[in-house]
Amino acid sequence: MSLILNSKKNTLIVRVGGDFDLVTANEFREKIDKSMEETVSQNLLLDLSKITFIDSSGLGVILGRYRKVKANQGEVIIYGAKPAVVKIFKVSGISSLMPICNTEKEAWELLEKKSVKGA
Amino acid sequence: MDKIVNNKIKLEFMSIGENVALARITVAALVSQLEITLNDLEEIKVAVSEAVSNAIIHGYQNKPEGMVTLAAILKGHTLILEIEDNGVGISDIQKAMEPAYSTDPERTGLGFVFMQSFMDEVKVISQVDSGTKVILKKQISADIKNIAVS
Repeated sequence: MSLILNSKKNTLIVRVGGDFDLVTANEFREKIDKSMEETVSQNLLLDLSKITFIDSSGLGVILGRYRKVKANQGEVIIYGAKPAVVKIFKVSGISSLMPICNTEKEAWELLEKKSVKGA
Repeated sequence: MDKIVNNKIKLEFMSIGENVALARITVAALVSQLEITLNDLEEIKVAVSEAVSNAIIHGYQNKPEGMVTLAAILKGHTLILEIEDNGVGISDIQKAMEPAYSTDPERTGLGFVFMQSFMDEVKVISQVDSGTKVILKKQISADIKNIAVS
C-alpha cells in the first residue's frame, strides 16, 4: 500500500494506492490518525483512484475514520474510485454515509458546500 | 473459443494477514485459466479475502500458529472454494452471517454479506472448538467483450 498525505484548508488529503485489506488496514489507520492529529485537520479527502483492491477490512478502517471525523464535526469525502471499488462501497451501504465524487475538484466543491451549510 | 478447464489446487498457510493476499492472488491465477470477466474476477477475489480474513481474525483469533487450508476446484465453468480452519468455530452460524455492523468500530461485520453478494452459493459448516469450513460456489460465464487481461 502507498499513502501520500497532504494537508490544506483544514483538510487532510490522502492518496491511497495498492491493495487495501487486513494487513494494510492497520497501516492506514495509524498513519491517518497520526496525520489528522499533527495537521489539526477536521476533514478527510480520500483519493482512491490508485486502489487495486478493497475488502471489508479496508472498508472497516475507512468507516472507523469516518466516525472519528464526524465526531469532530468534520466531513469525509471519497473520490476517483474505480467502478469495482465503488461497487464495494455500494454493496456495504457505506456509500449512503459518505459522498463518493468522481474528481478532486468535485470533492472540494462538495466540501465547501457542506462547510457553508454547517457554518 | 470457449475454454473448459478442470483443475484443482490445495494451499495450506499460516494464519497471518499477509496470506490473505496470497490466497486471493492464487485463486485469481487459477480462475484466469478460464475466460473470465474482470467483474467476476474482482468478486471472487473479495470473497476469498473475506473468507480467509474470517479464518484468521475469528477462527484463530489472530494467532499465527493456526493453519488455514484453501482448496479451489474448477469444474468446467463452476468454481468451488473451500476455506477451512481448525479454530474456535461459530456457535450461531445464522447470527454470524447476519448483515450487522460489528461491535468493533474498525470492522464492518460485512464479510459474509460480500461472500453472499458475490458468490452464487455460500455454505458454512462449523463446530465450536473444532473449526469452520466455508464452501463458496460461483458459475463463471465468459463475456468476450469484457475479458480480464492477466
